[in-house]
Amino acid sequence: MTRYLLSRLMGMLVVMALVAVIVFLLTRAASGDPITVLLGDQATAEDIVRVQKQYGLDKPLTVQFAYWLKELSQGNLGDSIFLQRPVTQALWERAEPTTLLALMAVLIAALIGVPCGIVSAVFRGRLIDQLLTGFAMLGASIPSFWFGLVLMQIFAVSLGWFPVSGYGDPGATLIERIHYLILPSVVLGVLNSALIIRFTRASMLDVLGEDYVRTARAKGLSESVVVLKHALRNALVPIVTVLGLTVALMIGGAVVTETVFGLPGVGNLVVSAVLRRDYPVIQGALLVIAMIYVVINFLTDLLYLLVDPRVKY
Amino acid sequence: MTFGFPLILKKMFRRRIVLAAAICLLVVVVMSLLANVITPYDPNDTAVSQRLSAPTASHVMGTDELGRDLFARIAFGGRYSLTIAVLTAIGSIVFGTLFGLTAGFFRRLDAPVMRVVDAMMSFPDILLAIALVAILGPSMLNVVLALVLVYTPRVARVVRASTLVVRELLFVEAARAVGVSTPRILWRHILPNLMSPILVQASFIFAYAILAEAALSFLGVGVPPEIPTWGTMVAGSQQYAHQALWIVLFPGLAIILTALSLQLLGDGVRDLLDPRLKKSM
Amino acid sequence: MNPSLPPVDPLRLDVRNLSTFFDTDEGLIRSVADVSFSIRAGRTTALVGESGSGKSVTSLTLMRLLSRTASTQVSGQALFTDRAGSTVDLLDLKALPEPAMRRIRGNEIAMIFQEPMTSLNPVFTVGEQIAESVRLHLGLDRAAALAHARRMLELVEIPAAAQRLHEYPHQLSGGMRQRVMIALAMACNPTLLIADEPTTALDVTIQAQILELMRRLQRETGMSILFITHNLGVVAHHADEVAVMYAGRIVESAPVRCLFASPRHPYTQGLLACLPAQQRKRELAAGAMAGVDGKRRLYAIRGQVSSPLAPPPGCAFEPRCDQARPACRDAMPALLSAGPARAARCILVAENLFDATDSA
Repeated sequence: MTRYLLSRLMGMLVVMALVAVIVFLLTRAASGDPITVLLGDQATAEDIVRVQKQYGLDKPLTVQFAYWLKELSQGNLGDSIFLQRPVTQALWERAEPTTLLALMAVLIAALIGVPCGIVSAVFRGRLIDQLLTGFAMLGASIPSFWFGLVLMQIFAVSLGWFPVSGYGDPGATLIERIHYLILPSVVLGVLNSALIIRFTRASMLDVLGEDYVRTARAKGLSESVVVLKHALRNALVPIVTVLGLTVALMIGGAVVTETVFGLPGVGNLVVSAVLRRDYPVIQGALLVIAMIYVVINFLTDLLYLLVDPRVKY
Repeated sequence: MTFGFPLILKKMFRRRIVLAAAICLLVVVVMSLLANVITPYDPNDTAVSQRLSAPTASHVMGTDELGRDLFARIAFGGRYSLTIAVLTAIGSIVFGTLFGLTAGFFRRLDAPVMRVVDAMMSFPDILLAIALVAILGPSMLNVVLALVLVYTPRVARVVRASTLVVRELLFVEAARAVGVSTPRILWRHILPNLMSPILVQASFIFAYAILAEAALSFLGVGVPPEIPTWGTMVAGSQQYAHQALWIVLFPGLAIILTALSLQLLGDGVRDLLDPRLKKSM
Repeated sequence: MNPSLPPVDPLRLDVRNLSTFFDTDEGLIRSVADVSFSIRAGRTTALVGESGSGKSVTSLTLMRLLSRTASTQVSGQALFTDRAGSTVDLLDLKALPEPAMRRIRGNEIAMIFQEPMTSLNPVFTVGEQIAESVRLHLGLDRAAALAHARRMLELVEIPAAAQRLHEYPHQLSGGMRQRVMIALAMACNPTLLIADEPTTALDVTIQAQILELMRRLQRETGMSILFITHNLGVVAHHADEVAVMYAGRIVESAPVRCLFASPRHPYTQGLLACLPAQQRKRELAAGAMAGVDGKRRLYAIRGQVSSPLAPPPGCAFEPRCDQARPACRDAMPALLSAGPARAARCILVAENLFDATDSA
């Protein structure tokens, strides 16, 4: 098992390195002149020289990359041009709404998706399966901005049940914050439940076709015990994996919903950084978001190891 | 391994919903192509006196905030949205197949190519697309390029998986044993067997591209706002949504209908998949 | 129709005209058609046939374990006599609704399958899986159920049973897992055990052990066994009655010795002729010297089983039969008596002609 762990760890590190290279190249390609990037247009001659020395900008690209990595290892992602503070701080400030949104959305997606997927699998081919699969496909076809605008119109503007946009006042409590997040997380949750339904259905169908399910039935167990105890337990691990990865993807992937509902989240930050050409922020945000995904991917692999008794011994 | 095209169509359309999806898609495409024929209005004709009017007999889908006929805009906008999506699909299929075949067939290239694919897929699709468009600059072509770069890894993964399966099939070994050159093996033996999964992916990428372009345009980081795609339409009009929901409703429905039909078609093609390849997916 | 049996032991299972059809997109598949056989208390009946002959579907139909979709059509009767002596028709959905059938499954009638490697749930321990059955049918509490499970493991001769109880299936070998399956099946003291190719996936040496185990358990508990297999060697040593299936139908049934001594149906004759040991016997009888004369071929029944979607008009075996006549193509022969306690579905039986290749 340790060998398996080590090879996965190596794989993760390689991917992380590649991600760093990609982000570095992307930002360089976008910004062109790194000095202007770092200092903006009002750079003095001394600033230029200082920055040149500090980041080795007179040296070849690979050396610059090394310098950047050195900075990274010290936790320095650079400073935002527009926000006048370190990128890390800017990201940290934005972390809460995005993380909360991601968690709430995945919770909703799971609460809808998993039971529907199970029902779909158990009653395969029947009307309920076709309806649920159709719903899943529909969910994957709806643009999130459209769904967000429509729900906002109905529930926030017309009915007034929820705030239209924003994240609340600076001193707001967690409960109040969550109130602001309900509508956006419903939007994300319902749309993502489509994926969860299809995946749960596939996973359950796989398991329901296994021999040990037939054995369980042959023992005289009731169908609900067979499905919920014997089958689900085996089908759950891949499902939980997908849920974990969905959380990771939503950090940054929820940019559209954040924009529609005016949430001060990470995705929103990246969009405004792009529009304002705030390259340190773009670079830092992309890096962090991708790294989170890679790490969560690795952790879900670990989950498999822990949960599957076969690999334990 | 080519079987009659009419036979494929017949088998695929046995499920009525797939047939319905194909017809729907056809309607949307035709509507866009013949936009100047089916609607009397010019999509850019403003008529401020009639702004934000609800759907009526003369304006089937109402008008937007500048009095432009919504149906005309959707029909014309379809040209742009569909073009971008089709080009994206074609591009990602071509490059994705290239990389996937390489990784699947040449063992030594498998790990490096797939690691790069993994790295690319560590970024959320939309964010990567935004960053790429930011680099390349906002234009239709650049949106296509950016989306191609985003979806190529996805296709590569699927093609690689299928290649791994097909590579092990006996007729490939037989061809090798007889001395057929590698490029020829790839082109004449392996590639034809990948057609089904590739077609399925093409359909889904087409659907994703429609949604992605709309999202990018909505955020203002896609095509320039002068170009009337379904996404830019919603972006431009969203602040009037509370007065005139149809401004947002109809473009969205166009997107949903197109994306849904494409996914149903993709599913329909998937049902035709060769059973031995099915196992690997 | 089954000829009436002399009143020896009471019937444990009496299957009459069982049919299972599947309505698929490509057509109606008559997987099992008009199958009748019986199993007496404490005895073993073997259901023999090649892959696709319908023997597994028969057993799954009896246990009502087929996937319950609209396209499955089941007809016929399966009269089962339980421990208490009352008889019920397993296929009667009204008299025996699903909850009642569940009380029989795993309890009165137990089943073991071909693939021990995948038949146990990998996320529960061996002990838990046996205990689950016990708690369900015998109502024992957790501790008592586990103790009972341990006794079952000992019964099937698994060493260090107390330890094995808490192990997971992947920690056991194939032979061990099959023993666990048997322990699971025996846990509630069934009166009928259905064994669907239980040894096919095991090593030859382990096969013998498992078969011996089953025989011993039968002696000790008096249960009946429905043994499904394609291996005639196994049938010869472990069965009392044999029913041969071909293309979904019973083509011959007889007590085991009679079947091997004088098979009536050309298919059965073909099957027996395929056994290498039989070939040697035939050659010795015909006076040829083994190995010296050069050209010796293994006999094989020519042709292939016809597709279930396009069955031949008359006898299903006719395309491959060396003794076929034109009349064979006209209609499916009926299952007729071919002697005391035996029957065969062949025109030759009807005409009372027995093939001259009867081997002694």
